[in-house]
Amino acid sequence: MSNEAILQKPADAVVTHGDHREGNGHSEHHHKETFISKYVFSMDHKMIAKQFLITGIIWAIIGGLFSVLFRLQLGYPNDSFPILETLLGKWAKGGKIQPEFYYALVTMHGTVLVFFVLTAGLSGTFANFLIPLQIGARDMASPFMNMLSYWFFWAASVVMISSLFVETGPASGGWTSYPPLSALGGASEGSKTGMDLWLISMALFVVSSLLGGLNYISTILNMRTKGMSMTRVPLTIWALFFTAVLGVLSFPVLLSGFILLLFDRHGGTSFYLSDIYLASTQQALPNEGGSAILYQHLFWFLGHPEVYIILLPAMGMVSEIMSVNSRKPIFGYMAMIGSLFAITILAFLVWAHHMFVSGLNPFLGSVFVLLTLLIAVPSAIKVFNWLTTLWRGNIRFTPAMLFSIGFVSLFISGGLTGIFLGNSTLDIHLHDTYFVVAHFHIVMGVASFFGLFAGVYHWFPKMYGRYLNNTMAYLHFWVTLIGAYLIFWPMHYEGLAGMPRRYMDFSQWVSFNQFGDLNRFISIVSIIVFAVQLLFVFNFFYSIFKGRRVTTSNPWDSNTLEWTTPIRPGHGNWPGEIPEVHRWPYDYGKDGREFIPQTEPVGAQETAH
Amino acid sequence: MDTVMINDSQRKKMHPHKFTLWVGLGSIIMMFAGLTSAYIVKRDQPSWIAVDMPLTFWYSTAVILLSSLTVHTARAAFKERNMLKYRRLISVTVFLGLLFIVLQYVGFNQLWNSGLRMNGSGGVQFLYIIFGLHGLHVLGGIIALLVMFINAYSRRSRSYNMVPVEVASTYWHFVDILWIYLFVFFLVIK
Repeated sequence: MSNEAILQKPADAVVTHGDHREGNGHSEHHHKETFISKYVFSMDHKMIAKQFLITGIIWAIIGGLFSVLFRLQLGYPNDSFPILETLLGKWAKGGKIQPEFYYALVTMHGTVLVFFVLTAGLSGTFANFLIPLQIGARDMASPFMNMLSYWFFWAASVVMISSLFVETGPASGGWTSYPPLSALGGASEGSKTGMDLWLISMALFVVSSLLGGLNYISTILNMRTKGMSMTRVPLTIWALFFTAVLGVLSFPVLLSGFILLLFDRHGGTSFYLSDIYLASTQQALPNEGGSAILYQHLFWFLGHPEVYIILLPAMGMVSEIMSVNSRKPIFGYMAMIGSLFAITILAFLVWAHHMFVSGLNPFLGSVFVLLTLLIAVPSAIKVFNWLTTLWRGNIRFTPAMLFSIGFVSLFISGGLTGIFLGNSTLDIHLHDTYFVVAHFHIVMGVASFFGLFAGVYHWFPKMYGRYLNNTMAYLHFWVTLIGAYLIFWPMHYEGLAGMPRRYMDFSQWVSFNQFGDLNRFISIVSIIVFAVQLLFVFNFFYSIFKGRRVTTSNPWDSNTLEWTTPIRPGHGNWPGEIPEVHRWPYDYGKDGREFIPQTEPVGAQETAH
Repeated sequence: MDTVMINDSQRKKMHPHKFTLWVGLGSIIMMFAGLTSAYIVKRDQPSWIAVDMPLTFWYSTAVILLSSLTVHTARAAFKERNMLKYRRLISVTVFLGLLFIVLQYVGFNQLWNSGLRMNGSGGVQFLYIIFGLHGLHVLGGIIALLVMFINAYSRRSRSYNMVPVEVASTYWHFVDILWIYLFVFFLVIK
């Protein structure tokens, strides 16, 4: 219905002539398009997706570079690197990273990768790109809000970047920003201006996520093309839908927590601050009755769903890519949706497992243990469904497929350690050790990155009408997969031995200086893996301009609707009518046919899925 | 699974903008749910001071309830294409909205002048922040109503499109109901 109205012009204005020769369909859909309206303040969901992706790539380079810097410190605590002083000035006096700056690096690494790369860069990119294309819509429910969503993200990025350049440095209280460290300007250098900028940036980021999420939900529920019932949408759409639901319901609570924190910082309130004694002023604070735990509740009510906001889009894309490249229907379509739903519900009920050692009532803790371990059930359903999709498939090992398989591998490895950490008793020993670092990097960080890479390799031809270079892609995959395991696997042992997070130098600590060589090894591998990511970035930008051209509209022989558009679709996606859908998207290898697109009517003799 | 509705797109669906609004309201509810649950948790902490609301907030409650009524009748008038009545009622609603904000400000002033400042950790600090944020949401509604007000008086727009009117009036009812919730919350839970 209002699909056509969304573009605010009659349908025939979008129609171009039936000629879709390469590079042709792109420029002629819109006559009044200027550079500004096409590339900058674009309301085309595909352009906004690319904006999110490229901004995300820039952030990923920055965030990754931060980790290289602090890995240098962890691997070589006794050496100095004069180049660091040249680059960082007073933050690396004498070529050694200063403690304040070390914390700033860790904080910014977490913030940037969790929010700016794996939330905005991942779901921002693929929700924008895939939702209208895969459900058969001209654009989002509100293209304008969609544009605002990107520009709020951009504003958040600018504020966050600028916090790197203030005199007292960026926020350094950890990506969770627990008070009192984050509430007291005097607590550390990073708790001064840097912390305020961090909060402002995050508030803008929340607005961006909400604007995006609202749009994704109403687009999925209201703008599907004829015949596209909810049991016929690809699993990517289901995953992006639940991601948006999680974001819309949990980000506002984080914002509430931030508002109270801002008042504690500048308004003199005592929401989180109590009469603690400060070493720097030799006095107790005037505040009374505040509860730092209150912040943790508000933070983790978002913080845990955030893990799934990051992971679900990757799961959805992996399901889709795996089915296409196994040439088999996804195993257990309804079970996949059901498990996504179960994860979404459970995501809201497990936040206190981040707070087992905060003085939480142990009886309450045991409830959260139970709920946390329940997540293993839908997760296992998903893993078995992926494995059974691969089973006896006619697998094409495209780069996207390799990254999808890599995702499943990492999700299993990282998920299993979640069972350790979900137990409140084990958590007494394991909390705040490298075991936790290893766990969440594998299961959430690297796994979601693999989902992101899989998505980029798979949909790059649709985005830019060209392919990425395969040689570089295979090199990227193998080095990243092996590297990720080499980096994070040893951290489990360090963590089990009790080695704590957030320390910048273990060389003088007798219990842990046995890990000196191991830490150096991890650091060397991280630098190699980082270099290979730069190779991917090169491949990405090189291929936009010089990649091999796509010559067929459906290069992966896929069933979904995005491959029924021209090679380079204009604003409005389909030059003519939006195609009607007659079947689910996973009819691969059915009735002796390799693939049957969703647009093909169900035959007289054929049983529909 | 072959029983799925083929005529799915022919179903009468909600306009996406209206639907977006509903989802957005869910999001706003979560924000205030977060704040009020923080209030409940905080109440058990030592040195909690309960707050008594001044009478002014009863007046503002009456005003916002009345404005809900006027926006409702304005919507009905728009539906009947009775534009004169619609214009008047929209103007009254905008006025009542502004009056609500003024009354909230007066209420804040009364509390502030009785010595209840931001330092401390009782109900009043929550009240300032929660009512303040609610006020910001009301302001957003007033801006939406003002846009409709300008549209109603500008000559070129002779549009009888119900969607913007319905979106604005739904939102207005929402901030009203949200206020009733917050008001009762602060009355009952001390």
